[in-house]
Amino acid sequence: MNWMWFHKLGSPKWFYEISRLWLPWLAVSAVLLLVTGLVWGLAFAPPDYQQGNSFRIIYLHVPAAFLAQSIYIMLAIAGTVGLVWKMKLADVALQQAAPIGAWMTVIALVTGAIWGKPTWGTYWVWDARLTSMLILLFLYFGVIALGNAITNRDSAAKACAVLAIVGVVNIPIIQYSVEWWNTLHQPATFSIVAKPAMPFEMWMPLLISVLGFYCFFGAVLLMRMRLEVLRREVRSSWAKAEIKAQVEKGL
Amino acid sequence: MSFASFSEFLAMGTHGPFVWTCYAISLAVLALNVVLPILARRRFLQDEARRMRREELK
Repeated sequence: MNWMWFHKLGSPKWFYEISRLWLPWLAVSAVLLLVTGLVWGLAFAPPDYQQGNSFRIIYLHVPAAFLAQSIYIMLAIAGTVGLVWKMKLADVALQQAAPIGAWMTVIALVTGAIWGKPTWGTYWVWDARLTSMLILLFLYFGVIALGNAITNRDSAAKACAVLAIVGVVNIPIIQYSVEWWNTLHQPATFSIVAKPAMPFEMWMPLLISVLGFYCFFGAVLLMRMRLEVLRREVRSSWAKAEIKAQVEKGL
Repeated sequence: MSFASFSEFLAMGTHGPFVWTCYAISLAVLALNVVLPILARRRFLQDEARRMRREELK
């Protein structure tokens, strides 16, 4: 296997140039997938036989919850890469992904609470799934606060990496919470090994919406990382040239 | 189409307020996630442009 790409990732300049090419594709895919998935789910999918139309919240709730957990796993991977290979770009990725992950957790929690009212008769219960998701939100706050509190960039990177790696223990707890404890929350919607329990017209828009959320995350992450790379490399000649070119272009 | 009319679509059975609040909040959060980095980038470039002009005057 050719590992050249991995070593190149250590170069901020290489990342800045390659991400310029990826960004438009991710952005266009995100818009197309999100519009298709959400419109299909809202207007065309059949209503649920038990929940009626409130189940349409699933097209936001499940993708956001998936993404919230995936982003945290990504933080832990970026943290490991940063600690082991001292790759600066890993810290940029970790710091910039954390706020997006926090926002996704907020979407999952808020849509879940609103969905709970017509379905369970309550906005909130302190059961395992909901509580472990709330802990995920606090872990994100912890990573963000830690990153901002330490002024030395290398120390901040190390501290955030450790917190991200330790906190990842919460992810399997969220995953299995619906099986380990009694809960109001329904079990997993999708499984890799089994066929979906929903009809095609219900799970297809959900799958499209999930993919849309992932592309959205990719696009926003690249936008944020590109700015952060430019900030950190502001003294290097390529960054100066790039800033000058952007300023002359009229921003 | 799962609904007979547009007003039925808005009503979502009896669940209109729940469904539409969720979609409004979530889309607002998604929009915020796009707008904030764009504004931050613009602000950064403006600051840098100002700094470059200052250094040229010196």
